[in-house]
Amino acid sequence: MNSKGHTRKKVIYPGVVIISLLKYLVLIAGCVMVLLPLLVIILGAFKDSKEFANTGVFELPASFRFDNFKTAFFEGKVLLGLRNTALIIVISCFGTILTGTMTAFVIQRFDGYFTRAIKGAFLLATLLPNISMQVTVFQIVSKLGLYNTMAAPIILYVGTDIISIYIFMQFLSQIPVSLDESGIMDGASYPRIYFSIILPNLKPAIATVLIIKFVSIYNDFYTPQLYMQDEDLLVVSTVLYKYISSTSIKWEVVFAGIIICILPTLTIFLFLQKYIYSGLVSGAVKE
Amino acid sequence: MKTKSRRNIGFSGWLKTYEGQKLYVSILFLVIPLALLLLFTFVPAFNMVVYSFQKRDQFGVDPEFIGLDNYKTIFTNPDYFITFKNSLYYLFGSFIQQALALLLASILCSKIYAKGLFKGVLFFPYLMNGVAVSIIFLRFFTKGNPPLTGEGTLNSVLMSFGAEPVRWMDPAKPFLVNCCLVFVSVWRYIGFDIIMYIGAIQSISPDLYEASDLDGANPWQRFRYIVFPSIKPIISLQLILAVKGAISVFEIPYIITGGNYGSSTFVIKTIETAFKKKQVGLASAMAVVLLIIIIIVTLIQQFVFKDEKDDSDAKRLRRAKKRLEKRGKA
Repeated sequence: MNSKGHTRKKVIYPGVVIISLLKYLVLIAGCVMVLLPLLVIILGAFKDSKEFANTGVFELPASFRFDNFKTAFFEGKVLLGLRNTALIIVISCFGTILTGTMTAFVIQRFDGYFTRAIKGAFLLATLLPNISMQVTVFQIVSKLGLYNTMAAPIILYVGTDIISIYIFMQFLSQIPVSLDESGIMDGASYPRIYFSIILPNLKPAIATVLIIKFVSIYNDFYTPQLYMQDEDLLVVSTVLYKYISSTSIKWEVVFAGIIICILPTLTIFLFLQKYIYSGLVSGAVKE
Repeated sequence: MKTKSRRNIGFSGWLKTYEGQKLYVSILFLVIPLALLLLFTFVPAFNMVVYSFQKRDQFGVDPEFIGLDNYKTIFTNPDYFITFKNSLYYLFGSFIQQALALLLASILCSKIYAKGLFKGVLFFPYLMNGVAVSIIFLRFFTKGNPPLTGEGTLNSVLMSFGAEPVRWMDPAKPFLVNCCLVFVSVWRYIGFDIIMYIGAIQSISPDLYEASDLDGANPWQRFRYIVFPSIKPIISLQLILAVKGAISVFEIPYIITGGNYGSSTFVIKTIETAFKKKQVGLASAMAVVLLIIIIIVTLIQQFVFKDEKDDSDAKRLRRAKKRLEKRGKA
């Protein structure tokens, strides 16, 4: 395509059609690559165990029965996993938003040596690789008696989430200080300013953080695997992992479980697509 | 004035002034986040460094100071050192991933039907649960356990084209196994890069395109002199993230192969050392090594970014024009 001689005059490319065909070809190839492995899972989830063993991966199931889904949902503890995950997400999000906005408010609005030092401390913390830190975090969590409780992941999700603080600070810097000052003129105290001026204005940032939090907690495997070994404390990721680490794997049920676990993400994605794109990008740029 | 009012109204009165409020609000609002930061980030980080010089078990009974021995083990024992080599697979994979993502992003930024649909499909794997993705690819590559007597997805496709089925997860071929795992990683994360690049490409001012049209640039020149320089900061950010990502790969190989077949990664090895072998000292040393690598990479990133911050659109426009002129004359 790099034709050196053609730069001076406007050239009509005879290959325009070919190029646009190629474009679609590349995109379709990409989508097939994404969908093919998923299609096999969907087909497999509808087959019964005999059928599963005897048919090829692309063969359609004899009929679309939901038995595997039922088994996965109730006996396979997917229901339990979804419930625990939801509980952890709700509490962690609430905690993150509260502590995150408060920290951002103080650091961003009360500029001084003290707050700058704290900002530096949070910045420094972003460097520490979360996963390998668990070697020593684990000792502290178990010393606090939090091992095998839901409090362990929740407190880690809230306490080590520094990206959210940065997103809140970024947003706060765009909320004019004159808004706070008008509050001061009216005699509002700082807590009042925080609750009635800052928090409502942070709504878009809160939405962004909620999305990032949901995705990261829902998909997190490592934290629950490490801190919640108890059968009653299984979350979505650990339920699925338990399936494949057991000795007799019923693949068709596992596949049904996978589909059930992906459905909430898919639903949220379909409804909040735009926000998810922008939310995740703004989360990454701050990293 | 401050001191005066303080004297007149007393301490509790002072707390009600805005100066006083600043103090108690700061304390009230920061006490929990700071406590958590200390307890779950800085204390463990400090412990990590201390433990890394010790021979230490899980419960920390009789830790013994052994100097740099743990670090020596990491860099001399091939069992540990191989994990660095394995992260090179992922690093190389993420270069391919970036190139592919850039290609797909520039296609998605041109005039295309069903843009949203393509974008959505390509992005969705990024949102999927990592365990689910790993199981999906267990099915993709292998026969798996006895009930899975049929060939996996990939082999079924190959066989429908008349090719011989391949044993992808062959313990004797660590190269192949690692390539398969890298493929899964690319499959999962490429959507995110596509979105990043689309954002970067869309933020280019339309004036630049117009100017290039006037100067008669072809699509390749447009990419080379306008799109590429504009998204260079994002590309370098992505490459830095790729290095960090390559050294901290964990989930996919841990679930698909359990780190067997020569596919162990640095983080898998760290976790194994800490929680299976219960050698907390050695694992801490590994964590410290990872930390140092990440700090170095981050410093490089800061350095690179400072260089490119003042690259404004206007400047780039001028430079792009100049280059085109030069080419036109040549």
